[in-house]
Amino acid sequence: MKLKAAVLRTVSSRPIRAVLKTGLVTASCLLSSMAMAADTIKVGVLHSLSGTMAISETTLKDTVLMMIEQQNKKGGLLGKKLEAVVVDPASNWPLFAEKTRELLSQKEVDVIFGCWTSVSRKSVLPVIEELNGLLFYPVQYEGEESSKNVFYTGAAPNQQAIPAVDYLMQESEIERWVLAGTDYVYPRTTNKILEAYLLHKGVAKQDIMINYTPFGHSDWQSIVSDIKKFGAQGKKTAVVSTINGDANVPFYKELGNQGVSSEDIPVIAFSVGEEELSGLDTKPLVGHLAAWNYFQSVDNDENEAFIKQWKKFIKDRKRVTNDPMEATYIGFNMWVKAVEKAGTTDVDTVEQAMIGITTPNLTGGTAVMNRNHHLSKPVLIGEIQADGQFEVVSETDGVVPGDAWSDYLPGSKDIVADWVEPIRCGNFNAETAKCSGQNF
Amino acid sequence: MKYFLHLTLFFILSLAIQTVQAEDSINADDQDQMTQIIHLADQLSRVRLKKIQPILSQLEITGADIVQPMFEAMRAGNLYYLKADKNSQRRPVIVESLGDSNYQLKDAITLDKKGQATKKQLKKIRSNNKIRGFLRDAIARLTLSSENPEVREAAVKNMLASIDEKTIDLLLKARLQEQDDDILELMDVAIALHTLRTSEDAGQRLAALEPLEQSLLPVVRNSLNQLVAVDAAGKYIEADDTLRVRASEMLKDIQQQLDFYGFIETLFFGLSLGSVLLLVATGLSITFGVMGVINMAHGELIMLGAYTTYVVQLMMPNYIEYSILVAIPAAFVVSGLVGIAIERGVIRFLQGRPLETLLATFGISLVLQQAVRSMFSPLNRQVASPEWMSGSLEINAVLSITYNRLYILIFALLVFFALQLIMKKTPLGLYVRAVSQNRDMAKAIGIRSGWVDAMTFGLGSGIAGVAGVALSQLTNVGPNLGQAYIIDSFMVVVFGGVGNLWGTLVGGMSLGLVNKFLEPALGAVLANILVLVFIILFIQKRPRGLFPQKGRVADS
Repeated sequence: MKLKAAVLRTVSSRPIRAVLKTGLVTASCLLSSMAMAADTIKVGVLHSLSGTMAISETTLKDTVLMMIEQQNKKGGLLGKKLEAVVVDPASNWPLFAEKTRELLSQKEVDVIFGCWTSVSRKSVLPVIEELNGLLFYPVQYEGEESSKNVFYTGAAPNQQAIPAVDYLMQESEIERWVLAGTDYVYPRTTNKILEAYLLHKGVAKQDIMINYTPFGHSDWQSIVSDIKKFGAQGKKTAVVSTINGDANVPFYKELGNQGVSSEDIPVIAFSVGEEELSGLDTKPLVGHLAAWNYFQSVDNDENEAFIKQWKKFIKDRKRVTNDPMEATYIGFNMWVKAVEKAGTTDVDTVEQAMIGITTPNLTGGTAVMNRNHHLSKPVLIGEIQADGQFEVVSETDGVVPGDAWSDYLPGSKDIVADWVEPIRCGNFNAETAKCSGQNF
Repeated sequence: MKYFLHLTLFFILSLAIQTVQAEDSINADDQDQMTQIIHLADQLSRVRLKKIQPILSQLEITGADIVQPMFEAMRAGNLYYLKADKNSQRRPVIVESLGDSNYQLKDAITLDKKGQATKKQLKKIRSNNKIRGFLRDAIARLTLSSENPEVREAAVKNMLASIDEKTIDLLLKARLQEQDDDILELMDVAIALHTLRTSEDAGQRLAALEPLEQSLLPVVRNSLNQLVAVDAAGKYIEADDTLRVRASEMLKDIQQQLDFYGFIETLFFGLSLGSVLLLVATGLSITFGVMGVINMAHGELIMLGAYTTYVVQLMMPNYIEYSILVAIPAAFVVSGLVGIAIERGVIRFLQGRPLETLLATFGISLVLQQAVRSMFSPLNRQVASPEWMSGSLEINAVLSITYNRLYILIFALLVFFALQLIMKKTPLGLYVRAVSQNRDMAKAIGIRSGWVDAMTFGLGSGIAGVAGVALSQLTNVGPNLGQAYIIDSFMVVVFGGVGNLWGTLVGGMSLGLVNKFLEPALGAVLANILVLVFIILFIQKRPRGLFPQKGRVADS
């Protein structure tokens, strides 16, 4: 079905794209004429504003714009104003690569904040490495990557998936596991890691059920019924969900309607945050869980200020904040700090300056950028409440450093990423002491 | 054998009653009990999550009936304390929302009204899944003697999963007073399971299998499975051969029933998926099937229907239960009008040029999507489900049918037959058929073909809007809603036979069934692919679909 749509798109999108392009050109002309007045530092924003992923990514675009506005109010950076260059890759993965090229070679931006899905990041990767750009990637992802040109401010599997499973094992005494995910790279890799981890923990193979569904799947009847049957065999069962985006709403609706309560079969999700819940009646979902590094409900001054600022910026009292927004917030603040430390926006200098930078996160701790371009973060487990917010029921002691290469996959056990001399490699094999040169 | 079982039951029961009476006589005086409850309730909000459960079990022991409302409120997340009491004694309050973050308060212990408070003045007493699970069991223990038989039944059901000495005593006691046959049956199952697990007497255990016969409850199945299980060395864990043989016979029986109900369930799933396909394709079977217009904006007309549901709901916030009924005609009108506008504004100028129509309507679909994005925001909108469409109809322990799917199945058929009536029995239907069969001849006998085109397109679009109302109950209401269904709609219409409404019905239902029967074996992704491959091959063999139109008109 997807195929047919793609064919139609290529047939018909040419004239439409032309129209869009002229629109974009006029828009960017306006922008650049405004920018002529002073020398500026350009910040590229590469988030889909249309298509399937617009639902999640538009928020991040707005977050970056808000951070830029705030920085400019403080007097800019290195004495210059920051200028946002917003492009729309339209949830179209190859277009992400094209837009990155446009941002780097035509618009000459100094840094890019962008991408959501792993497949979009993978398509940006060769371009950003070729043109030596700088990308801040703010979403939780499957790991198995560390590029010199990318900083990963979202969670790696060991900062989300593994602690979540640990929580369920210890607190809820779960013995049977359903790993349900959307059929693409993030859930597949994460589930591979989780399966290896569960087997390593002594869970029997027949106590693990793995299920994949297409993007935007809407008929969950059979799958929920299977989960119910799988869970009715005497052992306590939980669902670990890597279901992405839109598909979650019908999934949770079906769970509620078929009477799967969180007391019997809890569902822990890695891609469901406050924003996804805001499109959903959450009463039947109370008690289902999510694992993130940030929840809006975390009670401290920084977070309160951030939420206030966000609501004011977006002019909507009811808008919520979520984890990728915090990751964007941390990434932006770190970049600002690194540029100030380096005294320039030159990519190589900033990249080295980034390592070791610390900024406050929104959960009352400090985020540190590690040598593998991943952050140290606290891991929080939250339960869904009737008002669409999460209540934190568990929190790791201190922060967990992000691990780019999982210890539970046979291929990546010995690999480390370290961007400091003398190793300076994203894929360094500790056994053979060799750097493969390939970072993904 | 039955008499023997009853005798043992009676014996155990009389023992249980004696112990309960003994406890009664040493009960502390009320004053003391109250102070202790208040003290324990105060602790609830002070300790860490892990320490809450012991406090709750103490509360259950001391408080008995008094704590039941508090437990229920805590389980539902309505138990708070006033922030003002933070440093003094914290009396938990049960809150009831009055809207606008105002809450009506009630003391959780005495149940006296305590005035109102805003959300900011209150702090929730925390809980988690484990605590709520404990509360559920505790409430079951407390409500076993409730006057409402439904409450009693739920209580026994909840107990089934966790039968131990404590619950079995309660059950035996409650069984004496129980009149309701269904509940008695459940209680017997629970008691039998307990006997099976704990008794040493082979005869008792064999007798305990009797009440389990014909039971489809998962706990029964699991217990029986344990009886026939083998250990690592391949030897049976259960030593009693007769018991084991009997259990495996029963399991075979149960498995047969399970297979049967599983089949019924899959059948329903298939029909339900089919009904969704039918709904989204019915409108298209008019615009594409009868008129021959390739309308790529069909999905967006569905989306407009879903958004209309959302807007109607916003306009009548106090009548969510009925808003969906109002939304049905509203969505029909909105999508219908937009459809007429599209037909009059664009499509009629492109008559007989299918490629251009395809491109133009695809353009319109993008425009509509982006319009909704700018008007409502790119985020999904929340459409609440009315109470009567939530939950499921429980037929037995293994088969339940969700209400929303059931209503949508009925609704899809209603829409389909209403459309059949319109096409067959009204003048509009007659004109539509005449124009679609031979435009020039229809014109010659005085039918205003332009008007008929607009009305037909409006009708098809309106039905798309109505489909949107139904979809708003199943999936996301967002700008991309339509895209997800456009391909499916074309697939159904082409498969069923262009121009044939019955073909759409049969096509939709059979695709739904094929998909759902393949899915358990192959997974959702592969099932989708196979259905598509199947259709491609089918169209190769029969290019005009299941029910091709026959006659001279169709051949030309």
